[in-house]
Formats: sequence, C-alpha cells, structure tokens
Amino acid sequence: MEIYRSHVLCCGGTGCTSSGSAQLIERFEQKIAEAGLEKEVKVIRTGCFGLCEAGPVVIVYPEGTFYSRVRVEDVDEIVSEHLLKGRKVQHLVYTDHASHEQNANKSLNDINFYKHQKRVALRNCGVIDPENIDEYIAFDGYMALEKALTRMTREEVIDEILKSGLRGRGGGGFPTGLKWKFTYNSQADQKYVACNADEGDPGAFMDRSILEGDPHAVIEAMAIAGYAIGASEGYVYVRAEYPIAVKRLEIAIGQAHEYGLLGKNIFGTDFSFDLKIRLGAGAFVCGEETALMRSIEGKRGEPTPRPPFPAVKGLFAKPTMLNNVETYANVPQIILKGADWFCEMGTEKSKGTKVFALGGKINNTGLVEVPMGTPLRTIIYDIGGGIPNGKAFKAVQTGGPSGGCLPAELLDTPVDYDNLIAAGSMMGSGGMIVMDEDNCMVDIARFFLDFTVDESCGKCAPCRIGTRRMLEILERIVEGKGEEGDIEKLENLANTIKATALCGLGQTAPNPVLSTLKFFRHEYEAHIKEKKCPAHHCQKLLQYVITDKCRGCTLCSKICPAGAITGSVKEMHHIDTAKCLKCGACIEKCRFGAIVKI
Amino acid sequence: MPDMKEKYDQLQQVIEELKDQPGALMPVLQKAQGIFGCVPMDVQKIIAEGLGVTLSEVYGVATFYAQFTLEPAGKYIISVCMGTACYVKGSQKVLDKLSEELNVPVGKTSADGLFTLNATRCLGACGLAPVMTVNEEVYGRLTPDDIPGIIAKYRELG
Repeated sequence: MEIYRSHVLCCGGTGCTSSGSAQLIERFEQKIAEAGLEKEVKVIRTGCFGLCEAGPVVIVYPEGTFYSRVRVEDVDEIVSEHLLKGRKVQHLVYTDHASHEQNANKSLNDINFYKHQKRVALRNCGVIDPENIDEYIAFDGYMALEKALTRMTREEVIDEILKSGLRGRGGGGFPTGLKWKFTYNSQADQKYVACNADEGDPGAFMDRSILEGDPHAVIEAMAIAGYAIGASEGYVYVRAEYPIAVKRLEIAIGQAHEYGLLGKNIFGTDFSFDLKIRLGAGAFVCGEETALMRSIEGKRGEPTPRPPFPAVKGLFAKPTMLNNVETYANVPQIILKGADWFCEMGTEKSKGTKVFALGGKINNTGLVEVPMGTPLRTIIYDIGGGIPNGKAFKAVQTGGPSGGCLPAELLDTPVDYDNLIAAGSMMGSGGMIVMDEDNCMVDIARFFLDFTVDESCGKCAPCRIGTRRMLEILERIVEGKGEEGDIEKLENLANTIKATALCGLGQTAPNPVLSTLKFFRHEYEAHIKEKKCPAHHCQKLLQYVITDKCRGCTLCSKICPAGAITGSVKEMHHIDTAKCLKCGACIEKCRFGAIVKI
Repeated sequence: MPDMKEKYDQLQQVIEELKDQPGALMPVLQKAQGIFGCVPMDVQKIIAEGLGVTLSEVYGVATFYAQFTLEPAGKYIISVCMGTACYVKGSQKVLDKLSEELNVPVGKTSADGLFTLNATRCLGACGLAPVMTVNEEVYGRLTPDDIPGIIAKYRELG
C-alpha cells in the first residue's frame, strides 16, 4: 500500500456533486500531476460531509484545513500554495456563520456545526472513499460481522440489539430488537432481510447520504441481521431518484462478494448470504413496509392490512425483517462496541443518536447527527447557525408529511421519539425544516395535504377521499374563500381519517393540519375571518397599496394590466383594490419602493 | 439513435433475461421506460405476453408509479423540486415562472416537443434549495429571475 503525505478529501455527496465537486476532483488530479505531486498527494472522493450549505467542500489532511464553496478556479491556488508550498489559502477557508470566524488552524470538530454532533451512523461519511472496501475495513469494517458469525450465537446477536434499545430510524420508532426476535421466531424454509431505502419524506436525505458515503455499513448490518434471523437473502429497496446511491451500493456489493463477505460460507462458517437491489419508481407510499414488499414483488405498491405482520408473512409470503438504512448503519457499531456503549447516549426511552436533515430557512443547511435528547434550540441555533437575513423563527417542521410544526415556545424540547409525539409532531425519518416569519402556516398545511392527496395510493376511502376534502377546504382558505365552520370541518375530517385509514401514511396524513391548528390557529382565523394572511404570503389575500414614497412617475399605472392604478403626474397614485389582480407587476416596476403588500 | 426494431429487440432481450426472477415486472418496466422513453400500450402488451401476466396487471403497475409514463416526454425534462425545504424557499414561484415562460401546465410537454415540465418529489439536495434539474444538469439556489436565461440556453441548443 502506498503512503501519501497529504490527502485531499472532496465531498462526493449529492449536494456537492450538484454544485460541481466532480469537476473539482478532475482539476485537482490534473493540477497535482502537473506539479509532480501524484506520488505524494492523494485525492479522494468521500461521502457527504454534512455541511451542504458550504459545498462543494474540500478538506486537506493531515492539517484538516476546511475549504468551503470551492470553485474549479480555486483549485490551482490550493495546489500551488497549500499542497506545494504548505501555505493554507486563508480566503477559501470556511467562515463560521455565527461567529464570522475564519480560522485555518481550527480543526473540523471545533467548528460550531460539528462541535455538538456525535457521529455514529454517519461516522464514515466524509471520511472514507465509499467505493473502496479497504478503507471501510481499515475503519473496523466487517469486524462486527466476523464477531457475530464466529463468536456469538444468533440469540446473543438479537439480545445485544434488544439490550441496546435501538428503535427504527425510519419514523415509527419500533424497537429493532423486537422485530428481529419476531422474525427469528417464525418458522419457514425461507426468510428475507430487507432494507427500506425509499426515503420519501420531503426534506430528508440521511439515508441517501449513508448509502452514498458508507454503503458497506448497511451491507454488513444486513448480513448480521440475516445471520440472526436465519435469512440467506436480502433486498435493498432504493428510490430510483438516487442514482449515485444505487451505483455505490452496486459497487460495494460487488466488492463484498470479491472479498467473500457476501456469498457462500462467510468467514468459513456455514452462513451464506446474498443481497439484491430493487429500484423504486416514484411512489411515496412504498416507504410503508407492506407496500414496499408488494413493490419488490413487482406489483402496485399498495399497503395490506396487518396482521399478518411481515415477521410472519412478508415478502413473497415469507417471514421478512425490514429496517431502515439509518437503523442498519447503527448495527455494526452496537455489535462491536456493545449495547452498553450505545445506551450511554440518548434518553431513557430513545437510545443512541439521530441524524437530522436541516433545511429551509436556516444558515447551515445540511446533515447533523446528535445524541437523542438534544434540544431543538441546540440543533437550530448552535449547530444550524440560526435564521438567515435577521428574520424571526416561526416554526420547525419534523416528521415530513406525517409530522407537525412546532412553534418557538417548544424550542427547548429535548428531541426524542416520545417528546416529539407529546409535543404534537413526530420524529419521522429526520427531516427538520425551519420556517421563518414569511412562511404562512396555513399554506404549509395545504402544501403537505397536496402532497398526501397526490401520493395516496387510493386503496382506502378515508385517505383517498378524506384528504382530498381537507385539501379543498385548505385551498379555499388560502384563497380568501374560507367560511365560518371550516376549522371544525377540518378537525372532524382529520380525526376520522386518523382513526380509520388503512396504513400509517393515511393515519398520519392529517398531522400537519392538526399541529398547525394547535399552534397557529390564529393564522387560520385571520385567513377565514379577516381575509388576511399574517405572513403576507397568500397572494390572493394581499392588498397592494401605494405609500407616500410615490413620486407620481405614472410608470405603475401604465404597466397595470387591470387599469387599477389611477393618479396624475407628480401626484401620489392610488390602487383600486377591487380591480387589482395582485400580479405584482407594479412593485417590480416602481423605482421608489413606494408600493407595498399588506 | 437505434431504430424502432432495434428497440423492440432490446426489449425482448430484457424480458428473456429477467422473466425468471421473482417480481420481474418492475425491473422490466424500468428497462422499457429507459429504452423507449415511455411505456405505451404496445410495449405493455409485449411485456404482458413475455412475462405471462395479464395486460391489466402491467397497466395497473405502469400507471401506479410516477416514473412510468405512457406518452413520450420532451427532449429536455425539467423537474422542479417540491420538497419541503425547496418549497419554503420559494420553489413554487420558480415553477410558476417556468410554466409561464414555457407556456405549458405542470406535467405537460411544450408544443415544440422540447420541454416537459414536472414538479418532482424531494431530490435530497436541500442544501441548494430551491433546486431544479434539466435532464441530468442540476440548478440550485434559484430565483424566478434565473429562469428565462436557463430556458434560452436550452432553446438555443434546440
């Protein structure tokens, strides 16, 4: 193995790839070769670093210098200055949002964004080359599988997972060890292990990042699960929208085969295990476990009633154990370091860490992993760097279309499964979208219902028809046609759907409405009674008025398509709100900032 | 570009390769979508015969999943991310601007066959919100004002 004096780590996650990290890597390789450094410096494409906001991100080791928003033009300077002469390129070094501090000597872990994090599921993301199995092995990879197969009985493996208190990271939070035990207890000639990588919650991308950054961790965990429950075959169901993840998973499965870590008689034992990839085709409902299995069978992805549970009758009518990507990513560490180590992190009923995808109106968008029980405030302000442009925080949305919006009063809630449910939202897969004063909460509820209506599989009436009726009411409200009694109708429908829908998706579909009604009822009332949108977001409820900044230039009255603006030259103009179409053309044209929306 | 006969031969080959694996219908449809750019009725009939399932089953699956389309799409497929992170950062305005600029409703193809406009599920590039893709190309941190320039570029390419 060659030894290099420096390593240039370039983020190859989806965010950074979208902003051009592939071209960066090419340029680095070219420039390093031109400088004659190819035997001294190695360029590695890693998985996601997490701080997507600063992408494309480059880290130079051994110094650990953190360069952010690197452009192709910057590469020449990094090579000629840093790599050739050993002088860090100060002006490209990452600047901390909160402290405005730019310190080339600061290590990654001292940066605010990383300081509060604890990386278990993401431990290899942004550290190793995901397309090189040797790098995974160098970081204790496949040691857990070796330990399980050669030094633990199947029962001991299941006990360790049970003891760890690990709960499903896909949203439900069901104890993982119990799932393993139920499937272990089922008798059958064939059992299956399956991985849910159909990450459908809008705004969540941790599963994608784990598959892109550390695919072997998932493969290793699935093999351990296969051994524990007695399955020789596994399926990974991945969204087709994740091409990089699929490619890296394919490469990783191929390498694991080559090394004898998948296939027949793994580690010389009589345990054999193989993995297949199945692609989704764009149906949110396939994230639900029974629907996912129907989809792998090549059918319409419609949920089926439980019982029978998948542990008894799942894929191809055989006992099947389905876990989510992030859940699996925790497993090798638990087996290797023990349940006690895992239990030290987290709260009483939620052990370990959780990965969140921070997005929306927040300075540091990206992926963060924190111990369970970390307060929302720490995640949003200390790690996330707060709200941009001096705006006020309004709500944080967790749990995707099944979750809810929490207001500022609840920012000190320690985040775990039970606290979020008690607060009126849920963990979900870990999307965390921050909203500021400009976001209308009624419109956000409408947005999620629109999503649900579109994605409802149509099998059961409460979800198919009920969510549509809710959406119609919400659409009326944001258009200023809300009526007295609409809120009660929404609540009535929501409670009926919750009680009667067939699957988890239908049962949780009303949550975005219920939580916004609970915490932002006044916004609904303002829309319905006063025909006003407090956030000035809903176009149809806005009024355009001309203020005394008007100089009477007549530009607006000429551009107005409705002829709603009147006034003489050099005199203040006036908008007839009855005629106004609220198209915004006048605001764009006004050179004096005299027209405002109220 | 392979002619139609070649495409049908390719499809037959895919069916032969996959027909014995359990749950073959989805992978076959995915390959067919890749070969033809859509899965029209005649393609569905061939798949039904090849796999020994009913046409109604093939049609049921093909219309259930968003990835399969029954009509051919435009040369440039524009997908605007409507994930939550993009939505709260104004992707609706980007989508509206595109619809206006291209003069097509969401989900449809422009009269010249050049552009198909889609609102898509979360692309997972939330750090770049709001995001859209034109075929494989990704555009991030968009405002409605960026749209005319981007469209003009593709119109020029033809």
